[in-house]
Amino acid sequence: MTTTDPGHSGALSGRAHAKHGDDRMQLVSANHAAAIAATLAARANRTGRGFGSGVYPITPQTECIELLCNQSIEKGHVVRVESEHSAMAVCMGFALAGARTFTASSSNGLAYMTENVFAAGFYRLPIVMMAVNRTLGPPWNLWADHGDTMALRDAGWIQLYCEDNQEVADSILAAYRLGEDPRVLLPVLVCQDAFILSHTMMMTDLPAQETVDRFLPPLDLPHRLTEKARTIGGLDYPRQTEGHRMQHIQAMNAVPAVYREVQASFAETFGRSLADPVVPYRMEDAEVVLVSMGTMASTVRVAVDAARERGVAAGALRVRMFRPLPDALLRSYLGKARRVGILDRNLCPGLGGILWGEARGLAPAGAIVQNYLAGVGGGDVRPVHIERVLADLAGRERAGEPHFLEVG
Amino acid sequence: MGALLSSEPMLGGMAQTASDRAEPVLRAGNTNCGGCGMSIGLQLLAHAAADTPIQLAIPACCGIVTAGPFPYSAYGAPTVATTFASAAAVACGMAHAARLNGEKTRVVCWAGDGGTYDIGMATLSASAERNDDLLYICYDNEIYGNTGGQRSSATPLGASTTTTPNGKDVPKKDILGVMAAHAIPYAATVSLAHPEDALRKLRYALHADGFRFLHILAPCPTCWKSEPAEGIELVRLAVRSGLFAVYEVFDGHRTVINVDSELSKDALARYFKGQGRFRKAGHEVDAVHAQIEQSWKRLRRRAAEARSDEAPA
Repeated sequence: MTTTDPGHSGALSGRAHAKHGDDRMQLVSANHAAAIAATLAARANRTGRGFGSGVYPITPQTECIELLCNQSIEKGHVVRVESEHSAMAVCMGFALAGARTFTASSSNGLAYMTENVFAAGFYRLPIVMMAVNRTLGPPWNLWADHGDTMALRDAGWIQLYCEDNQEVADSILAAYRLGEDPRVLLPVLVCQDAFILSHTMMMTDLPAQETVDRFLPPLDLPHRLTEKARTIGGLDYPRQTEGHRMQHIQAMNAVPAVYREVQASFAETFGRSLADPVVPYRMEDAEVVLVSMGTMASTVRVAVDAARERGVAAGALRVRMFRPLPDALLRSYLGKARRVGILDRNLCPGLGGILWGEARGLAPAGAIVQNYLAGVGGGDVRPVHIERVLADLAGRERAGEPHFLEVG
Repeated sequence: MGALLSSEPMLGGMAQTASDRAEPVLRAGNTNCGGCGMSIGLQLLAHAAADTPIQLAIPACCGIVTAGPFPYSAYGAPTVATTFASAAAVACGMAHAARLNGEKTRVVCWAGDGGTYDIGMATLSASAERNDDLLYICYDNEIYGNTGGQRSSATPLGASTTTTPNGKDVPKKDILGVMAAHAIPYAATVSLAHPEDALRKLRYALHADGFRFLHILAPCPTCWKSEPAEGIELVRLAVRSGLFAVYEVFDGHRTVINVDSELSKDALARYFKGQGRFRKAGHEVDAVHAQIEQSWKRLRRRAAEARSDEAPA
């Protein structure tokens, strides 16, 4: 157990190194970045009702909860449970009592947890969960695929997908501020790609505790358990459920504006920016647009640069916030697009890519919107594959069925 | 006993008095069936928790239908309706949060046999193994009552249910044995026909540290096909016949029998006869009695061992 400040401690990650005299920079995996960010947020609630967590391991997330279990958290407790279902249940118990909470999972663990993922959404508890995106089995496959968290798109959670380790840490801190805002009160899922981020170490700016304390005021959950006799989550007639769902819609609708406020506060507090819900790249005059999520966006940018050198007016969009779906932003960015390739690292059998299914209607009338299933099952999507997508898109007279890109 | 509060119901064989909680745990106007054993258990809990703040975690079973529709609550205590398998895990979080904040609240899981013996078993076992600081009470009506009467692993041998129309062909799970095997600080069975013993156990279990488990045999007139007014009498017959042993186990080994049983064959026959659920399969009273005698031999041996362990050398 270490009691040192995470922002100034190599011991916290076990293998962090100071660099360039800036002792906040640490060389950590995204799993560890997530655990350190969660620990900072946990300690920041020591003046509130404390912190609690239920944790259960699953590859490739395990290192995150292992590090969390090795932290000393004032007014906090981590419960080592027997399943993901109970991990979320323990978090719900803590959260209902007004504590700040965190857990992490992946793939089949998320599938097993699903009932309680929905419950956390319906209870309107600002639980933050880090998910490492991994292919659902059987057959068992450990590599990156977004299908596990995208299957939870209707659970009433905010969903953020990250592109690097810094973004994972920043998103977890921001997730508490966003989810705990009284206008929102929603759980937040912070997603990262298996191994590409989870086990890859990057220099990451992990702030000092006092800085996080300034950014994250103590959680004040308005509907937490008190001594008052009432039942939380009991029975509803349809009329009451309509009311509860309307409130859930209003909370989701409040997210974009609150998120902008969180971005402003984040930049002011930490001195760096927090990425937008949709991250554009060379979109000013783009006619050919590739839309992707997670780490694939980095590869797409390389291909866009190459296409630009060939004189193609190419651009890219990274969908970072998937719930609530930033449809207005996407529609606005796609306003001038003539050809749109939507890359899905997931598969909804019987439909195609899930992002495509949701975003295809947001392109202007007359634009060709083609779906590419790329990296399904975690195949390594390289620039050459994106080149193929661009060539295919350029040669189309109309959109066709979702195109399964075999990358192996 | 203080003055009677005329506005509150008299249940569980005991009147609500001025020395009790300001309001019952189960409020008047709830929609439980007449003769529901759970209702009586909740009244006893109210007496036991007269001066103790409690929070309830109740899974999606009859016990949460009891609460009534939003925004009403038939529970006179802060209550969380959990998912079916999660009561013990949600309660674990609630109990830790109370401790972190220095609150005296005792967290109580109130769950049926479905949420305890079956779907919640892994969650319950893990919570017991962690020795979470909570009281888990199983009101065992020996059936999935909320879905209209299907067999559970608490349903006794020979009982007809909608999914075992010809009578269940295997006996019920020994839940107290299972829980005691976790070596938890306290595990006990509770007879609604013996309210003084029941209250003593509820009071002890409410305040003891660590994981405590109580098992209440809770008559369900709807599914047992029995007279609502005869529930307490049926429990008394179950105790007299030895079918439901009233005992407690401390730390997984120290066994104390609280109500000795005459192992009455006559009581056993009347127990079966008083319930329509046993009509189809019928019961060989002699055969069941022989099994009861065997299991009591083992129980008495464990109790005697505990006494001799404690005797001065």
